[in-house]
Amino acid sequence: MRYDDGKDCFIYIQHEHGVIENGSLELITKAKELLSDTEENVVAVLLGTLDQNTHDTLADYGADAIIVCEHPDVSAYDCLNHAAVLTEIIETHHPKSFLFPGTVRGRELAPRISARVHTGLTADATRIELDNDEGQTHSLAITRPAFGGNLFATIITPDHVPQMATIRPGVFEMKKVNTPYAKRIDHTTDVELKSPIEIEAIIPKENDNASIADAKLIVSAGRGVKDCLDMVQHVAKTLNAELGASRALVDDGVVAKLSQVGQTGSTVRPLLYMACGISGALQHTAGMDKSETIIAINNDPAAPIFDVADLGIIGDAKEILTHLMRRLDVSNTP
Amino acid sequence: MNIAVLVKQVPNTTEIKVDKETGALIRKGIPTIINPDDLSAVEVALKLKATHGGKVHVFTMGPKSAESMLRELYARGVDDATLLCDKAFAGSDTWSTSLVLSTALKRHRFDLVIAGRQAIDGDTAQVGPQVAEFLGIPHISYVDEIRGVDATHCFLRKKEEKQSMHLKCPFPLLITVLDGIAKPRYMNMTHIFNNASRDVEILDNDALAIEKADLGIKGSPTKVKKTYAKSITKKTTAESLAPEDAAERILAVLREKGGMPDAL
Ligand SMILES: Cc1cc2nc3c(=O)[nH]c(=O)nc-3n(C[C@H](O)[C@H](O)[C@H](O)COP(=O)(O)OP(=O)(O)OC[C@H]3O[C@@H](n4cnc5c(N)ncnc54)[C@H](O)[C@@H]3O)c2cc1C
Ligand SMILES: Nc1ncnc2c1ncn2[C@@H]1O[C@H](COP(=O)(O)O)[C@@H](O)[C@H]1O
Repeated sequence: MRYDDGKDCFIYIQHEHGVIENGSLELITKAKELLSDTEENVVAVLLGTLDQNTHDTLADYGADAIIVCEHPDVSAYDCLNHAAVLTEIIETHHPKSFLFPGTVRGRELAPRISARVHTGLTADATRIELDNDEGQTHSLAITRPAFGGNLFATIITPDHVPQMATIRPGVFEMKKVNTPYAKRIDHTTDVELKSPIEIEAIIPKENDNASIADAKLIVSAGRGVKDCLDMVQHVAKTLNAELGASRALVDDGVVAKLSQVGQTGSTVRPLLYMACGISGALQHTAGMDKSETIIAINNDPAAPIFDVADLGIIGDAKEILTHLMRRLDVSNTP
Repeated sequence: MNIAVLVKQVPNTTEIKVDKETGALIRKGIPTIINPDDLSAVEVALKLKATHGGKVHVFTMGPKSAESMLRELYARGVDDATLLCDKAFAGSDTWSTSLVLSTALKRHRFDLVIAGRQAIDGDTAQVGPQVAEFLGIPHISYVDEIRGVDATHCFLRKKEEKQSMHLKCPFPLLITVLDGIAKPRYMNMTHIFNNASRDVEILDNDALAIEKADLGIKGSPTKVKKTYAKSITKKTTAESLAPEDAAERILAVLREKGGMPDAL
């Protein structure tokens, strides 16, 4: 779609059972920070019921306005119905950019819309900046990893609006603003909502509590500790930490896929990430290098994990974990 | 059941190295492979064909050299293969790529179109959904199991972060599949040998007749402003420590970061 008059940054609010996806709130905070010196607004777009609680949360994290469509056929996620209504909202309000959390749903939905409105979409980005180069009034420069994390590409969409992107969850912080206020704008839809997709059942994942993406403390295991995985698990448990893993261990079937950190796993940014026997391939570090503090244990002095570590220990993980367990268990017994 | 599968030839990204001086990718000598998700997509298609009949037709947009990949797929048992190849297609982003693929798909009637979840060179996961939109058919992404098909519907399991969903959708539809959906079969040598000279249909833009303005770098809504290799941020140097000392250092960091459980 070609427009000259686009303004404002729209953000798709993914939610379920009244809970808003963190990825959406992170985008509100980030967009607010980027646009604070401009005339542009951060607009949360929510399909479904907007109760007071939800409204307040969106305002708290920095939304200037909330567009809501309360049509019963979009209250639950359906890719085709959501694509139809979001396209209608784009055509009504002409946003300059439209950001989606890079969740399964965001990455299923956003491409469909970008094809329909004929605009550019950047996938799974990890960085957004204002692009203030010649005449680009506040367009976005959106950076994403490519080639398995070996290369970063900064993407712009110069001639089409809205500029669209899915943003990897967990890479931006979510922060509350001081004086929350958000205007409510109701959208009544005229499109025929006729998705043929039926939900027959929803099966929660076993082990649902292991939400590694939100963990403050992660003890992570790689192939180098495969034969002493029980020790890593023990340390994690004692510290109340989540267990993380490299893809090597997930592929070997010894750790659940849910625990995988990295490009094709979760992106995490805990206060502390302890990598045991992980080499530090780019695909792994792409998912954890934003952690506040990183401890790495590896017996290879040349392991790339040391390049991102705050405390790098060259040594045998098994021996070190044995001592760590001993110390933790001693202080644990009254 | 007639099935189309979208397959892409990609560089094996685990073998890619970055020139630390220039920040450029060293692509020379990097072997190309069939995108792993796509190989699984082909496998599910072949399984469906085995139980429900019909044909499997693979499509790729790429350089002439992608022909060898398509021949390899003949050896796996696909019925037809089409290579979309034209200078005008080069440099296309996902929007333009999807336009080309969907234009070629429209020359046939398929009940099911299967794409991989994502290609390991671009990792966008966008081409599948965009092709579906251009075809005007529903799509479901992140499918990790085909639970069944009947005369009119496909029954699928879609994998999300915290749950799986059993979905039902009428044909025609497009799905994007995770590589775990099926384990690619081994090929036997006679198959490879017998298919070595089979023809691949090659279509250029004279056949597809897409507006030039919608193709290639010019026709792509997204532009690459710059690329760079990851900067190595060496924070500290690693130390060799005796295990006892290493444990103490870790405990110190845990305490400093408030990572010690209250009891400790
Ligand atoms: C498209 C793609 C996506 C990918 N996505 C991911 C992803 O999301 N997450 C991910 O993690 N990987 C991912 N990978 C895989 C990644 O490239 C690496 O192969 C993987 O991270 C390696 O895991 P590892 O470090 O555990 O194993 P290895 O590379 O085998 O490393 C083991 C390490 O342990 C050390 N070690 C051995 N013994 C000991 C000991 N006794 N004490 C201490 N150290 C020891 C070794 O020195 C070595 O450094 C992806 C790859 C591709 C191609
Ligand atoms: N050039 C191409 N030719 C054929 N199929 C493609 C091409 N590019 C992408 N695809 C398909 O779309 C999927 C997702 O690719 P991508 O959006 O690039 O991550 C791949 O797994 C393929 O099935």
